[in-house]
Amino acid sequence: MTNKKNFSRRGLLTVAVGAMALSAVALPALADGSVTVASWGGSYQNAQSLALFQPAAKAMGITVKEETYGGMSDVRLKVKAGAVAWDIVSSGSGSAARAAEEGLLEKIDFGIVDVSTFYPGLYTDYCIGSDVFSTVMAFNTATFGDKGPNSWADFWDTKKFPGKRAYRDKVAGALEPALMADGVAPEDVYKVLDSEEGIKRAIDKIRELKPSVAVWWSSGAQHAQLMKDGEVDMTTGWNGRFDVAKKDGAKVAYTFNQALLDYDCFAIPKGAPNKDLAMKFLAEMSKPEIQANLPEHITYGPTNKKAYEIGKIDEAMARAMPSHPENAKLQLPISLAWYAKWEQKAAAMYQEMLTE
Amino acid sequence: MAGTASGAGARANEALLNRQDWQERWALLGLASPAVLTVLIVMVIPVGWLFYLSFLSDDGNFSLEHYDRMLESKAYARIFWTTFKVSFLTTGICILLGYPLAYFLSQLPKRAAALCMLTVLLPFWTSLLVRTYAWLVLLQSKGLINEWGISLGLWEEQLALVHNLTGTLIGMVHIMLPFLVLPLYGSMKAISEDYLKASSNLGAGPVQTFWNIFFPLSLPGLFAGALIVFVLCLGFFVTPAVLGGGKVIMVSNQITNNIELFFNWGAASALGVVLLAITLGILFAATRLLNLNRILGAGH
Repeated sequence: MTNKKNFSRRGLLTVAVGAMALSAVALPALADGSVTVASWGGSYQNAQSLALFQPAAKAMGITVKEETYGGMSDVRLKVKAGAVAWDIVSSGSGSAARAAEEGLLEKIDFGIVDVSTFYPGLYTDYCIGSDVFSTVMAFNTATFGDKGPNSWADFWDTKKFPGKRAYRDKVAGALEPALMADGVAPEDVYKVLDSEEGIKRAIDKIRELKPSVAVWWSSGAQHAQLMKDGEVDMTTGWNGRFDVAKKDGAKVAYTFNQALLDYDCFAIPKGAPNKDLAMKFLAEMSKPEIQANLPEHITYGPTNKKAYEIGKIDEAMARAMPSHPENAKLQLPISLAWYAKWEQKAAAMYQEMLTE
Repeated sequence: MAGTASGAGARANEALLNRQDWQERWALLGLASPAVLTVLIVMVIPVGWLFYLSFLSDDGNFSLEHYDRMLESKAYARIFWTTFKVSFLTTGICILLGYPLAYFLSQLPKRAAALCMLTVLLPFWTSLLVRTYAWLVLLQSKGLINEWGISLGLWEEQLALVHNLTGTLIGMVHIMLPFLVLPLYGSMKAISEDYLKASSNLGAGPVQTFWNIFFPLSLPGLFAGALIVFVLCLGFFVTPAVLGGGKVIMVSNQITNNIELFFNWGAASALGVVLLAITLGILFAATRLLNLNRILGAGH
């Protein structure tokens, strides 16, 4: 999921500097402690900063320093060099799981962080879910009107829904839709994928669609732009991006049906300078009242179920969230165990298909 | 007697000359040392370090796994093939477009040439990223070029100008053209008019003079420019990523993929090492085949 919030480096820097300036203004140095948080920058980190970092720091009376970083490969380097400067990093669930397996992360202390009202599966022993998003299929409403594709079988049906497609250039979130289009029931997708033949079956299905794929997208900014420009008629992508594009006037709609439910999370790198404070900060950010701030700034849902119950999120807003129970039940939750076991193998096979 | 004296004098002279020679060499080395040190620190050491990393497995032991992976998967061979294909095509198109342009510039009066040169240099002052995105806006299916082409009746269906090899080549040629034109223009300006006059004087027509005199003398500049373009193309990242639509995967794009996928510099640096080795191999073969030294030296 690493590319979701990938803007240009310069863009990241500007936002980071801006965010740092903001937090410096908002939080006079009254605190007797500070934590450093690294995230992806852009509109994503901006939302995190306003919804989570600053309110949590204010509630605890500490300061939070924000940085941007390039993902778990950066954490790996810092941990190996024994020069960890970040207390908390924001990460995709899959890369956090792999980093945990490599021993790069501190174990979460569930005595401090209360996950009792979290959605099941949105935390692990090493990371705590920060927001929920979906990989959905989006379509151009100018091309298809209201009768757009509503299942992956429709997405693959180029006769019923003629038009150019865009699809992800990496394997993450790419195989599950293909199997569903091939007639596999959502609950069986990961069972089928749990072998090389299963992966091959999914890739063959994508190969079938390949002539209609005009663009293999690599970032969230890109798939939003493709829909905005009308360059493709249908694409996969992250739901929050399409909402932003729609606000900007793009003729785009998406469905949660058969979408992939995934989450981003916070983790503490091994050897973080302020580990204890970071744990408390994590606990604070995971509270329903802080989590409930998130939808106001970006259409990614809270991971703490109770956030919906405290009256901060109105019904209309809640209905738009990927983690709303009505939306969540339509979707297939991503299996981190599958990614830990198969991603590298599947990525190589996917790359072969792409370069054919 | 006189002979011995002069012999001793010559020896003293020779010793003095030798000493001066040494002093001069050390002085030159001293002057060059900041550059040498910089190259060592920012170039040789990091490249050496990456080279070393590419032979380490995840647990830090010596291993060839990163190279095995490249042999196992057909994707890597195709990616290298794409990289060289795109670089060759870009260089070729740059030569076809750049040579007449440089020739035209070299024949203009000084002031007009300077003005035209400005238009060649202008793109240099705009960021590569901005220019690449500008091409995306121009070339896409509802972009300016398609809209104009269709409304002028030049073509009927929207052309697929971007998100493929065509778009990548357009973007890369645009960015690379000045790198070819500048050295070429320099070497064309250095060709003395006397040679051309002499050739005409001896009865050669304009075409014959061009091919027998002007063209060979402009070759050093052409090769220098083409070499720069080719080598720079091999490392291109942004342009194929933005204009290639995920279909033009070059080595640098795969390097970032590998870093994200394997969390590991070794997997990525192995690709860099192979690219460097193949590039050096091609350059070596090119020098042998084309006798590059003589060509490069021919103008001086």
